[in-house]
Amino acid sequence: MTDLLKIDGLDAFYGDFQALFRIDFKMAEAETVALVGANGAGKSTFLKCLTGLLGTRGQSVVYRGTNIAGLPSFQIARQGIAMSPEGRRLFPSLSVRENLMLGANVGRKGQWDLAAVQALFPILEEKRDIPATLLSGGQQQMVAIGRALMSNPALLLLDEVSLGLAPVIVRDIYAALPDIRAGGTAVLLVEQDISMALQVSERMYCFQEGHVSLSGASAEMTRDMISAAYFGRDKEVT
Amino acid sequence: MEWINAIVQGILLGGLYALFAAGLSLMFGVMRFVNLAHGDFIVAGAFGALLLFERLGLHPLLTLVIVLPVMAVFGYVGQRLVLNRVVGRDILPSILVTFGFSVILQNLMLEQFSADSQRLSAGALDTASFAIGTLSIGAVPLLMFGAAVAVLGGLNWFFGHTNTGRLLRATSDDGEIIGLMGADRRHLFAVATAIASAVVAIAGVLMAVKTNFDPSAGPIRLLFAFEAVIIGGLGSLWGTLVGGIILGVAQGIGAQIDPGLQILAGHIVFLIILVVRPQGLFPKQKG
Ligand SMILES: Nc1ncnc2c1ncn2[C@@H]1O[C@H](COP(=O)(O)OP(=O)(O)OP(=O)(O)O)[C@@H](O)[C@H]1O
Ligand SMILES: [Mg+2]
Repeated sequence: MTDLLKIDGLDAFYGDFQALFRIDFKMAEAETVALVGANGAGKSTFLKCLTGLLGTRGQSVVYRGTNIAGLPSFQIARQGIAMSPEGRRLFPSLSVRENLMLGANVGRKGQWDLAAVQALFPILEEKRDIPATLLSGGQQQMVAIGRALMSNPALLLLDEVSLGLAPVIVRDIYAALPDIRAGGTAVLLVEQDISMALQVSERMYCFQEGHVSLSGASAEMTRDMISAAYFGRDKEVT
Repeated sequence: MEWINAIVQGILLGGLYALFAAGLSLMFGVMRFVNLAHGDFIVAGAFGALLLFERLGLHPLLTLVIVLPVMAVFGYVGQRLVLNRVVGRDILPSILVTFGFSVILQNLMLEQFSADSQRLSAGALDTASFAIGTLSIGAVPLLMFGAAVAVLGGLNWFFGHTNTGRLLRATSDDGEIIGLMGADRRHLFAVATAIASAVVAIAGVLMAVKTNFDPSAGPIRLLFAFEAVIIGGLGSLWGTLVGGIILGVAQGIGAQIDPGLQILAGHIVFLIILVVRPQGLFPKQKG
């Protein structure tokens, strides 16, 4: 399989503070990869680097054969990397429909348009004229995912889509994943619920304090391996 | 009757104040940017109209055909080349830079046009008026008010119904992630400044016809604009019109009591509203 994404030795900083250390990372076209790790491990930081929200100038982030490190975020979006960001980040003064339409501003053609997203999450059609941030948490998450899909990405980044949601709602959201992948979109998902992460992904990475502490095929992971990778090998696993 | 007249004149003047305020409000809304040279740009627009009137013999209102696009382009380029370097989390650099602009602009205008007070004559329009009962409404104030309503209505439509308008509102909400929507924030900032500058051009040309102006007339216009924005509530265009009207009416009533009270009455009403309702009358809804 050809690489969709290949990253070698990525470092990331907030000012003087280093959040990521020499991250090596690979994804194939249409692959689904899970990224797990404890709070503050650097998962969101990694996604921000991929989307250009955090600078990576001079480093190596090769996407479909070209180095996109240091490109402004709008150009990366146009090349097909979309994200449902941590905390959803919907635009409060825009309606549900308007939030979705902004995703289409990226200007990539494909299977996802307003009708397709509303078919995926029917509630969004019903609520289309309501300010997006007045929706319930689960519905807001659907808007955030829908907005990202509207750009017809080749790579969709999902940052903690289940955070703070009831299990039934989480199931509804994850039920959309097969439809999303059916079009050939690769998905990189950050997830706190490890069994969910392993269940839906083909491969997984675990970050610990800014380092890759574990990676491999999801089906081959055991709880012990992950616990160790989560909290550090030298610490007690409970 | 005099009082009613004062109020009506104040309302119409409020239209001009709303035009002063709209550009300021727009730039602050989209990029949290306070342009201290805003008033001086209005005066520069007025001098631009004067120049075209004197050199080319254009009708004062027709000068807009040139002043408006020139100022809009200047706004776009100025934002891309200079102001985009100082927008950011810290508001101080932008204040320092635009304060510098203000000083430079005032001095350039002084150099070019002297400190004399100027006025643009729109010919017969200056004195034309309509009688409603015993009220006499001047054509120029009416035109100003109509222009304000048209401009604000147009902007409102633009923000509500176009893709660029949506992007600008989204940038105002959360500019950091606007790149995820495939939009270049630096370009959007410049578009906002271009639109604000076009409104400044309209305000400047109308001001030139309405009142006397000189190179140092900018800061008081900036103050009126600030007051109208704060009274109306940041982020609401129609609020800006209401803010302008309240300011204009306060000034009209003040002047009716005593001509020396005109400006002061406006400031007092502004301060009262600031104390009683610091978020303004129509604050932007936050979800
Ligand atoms: N904007 C920021 N400025 C400074 N430091 C930051 C910023 N954002 C994150 N950090 C720091 O970078 C490190 C990694 O944070 P990050 O948000 O990437 O973690 P995460 O794995 O996504 O955690 P969580 O599960 O809590 O979302 C943390 O130590 C965090 O405190
Ligand atoms: Mg995170």
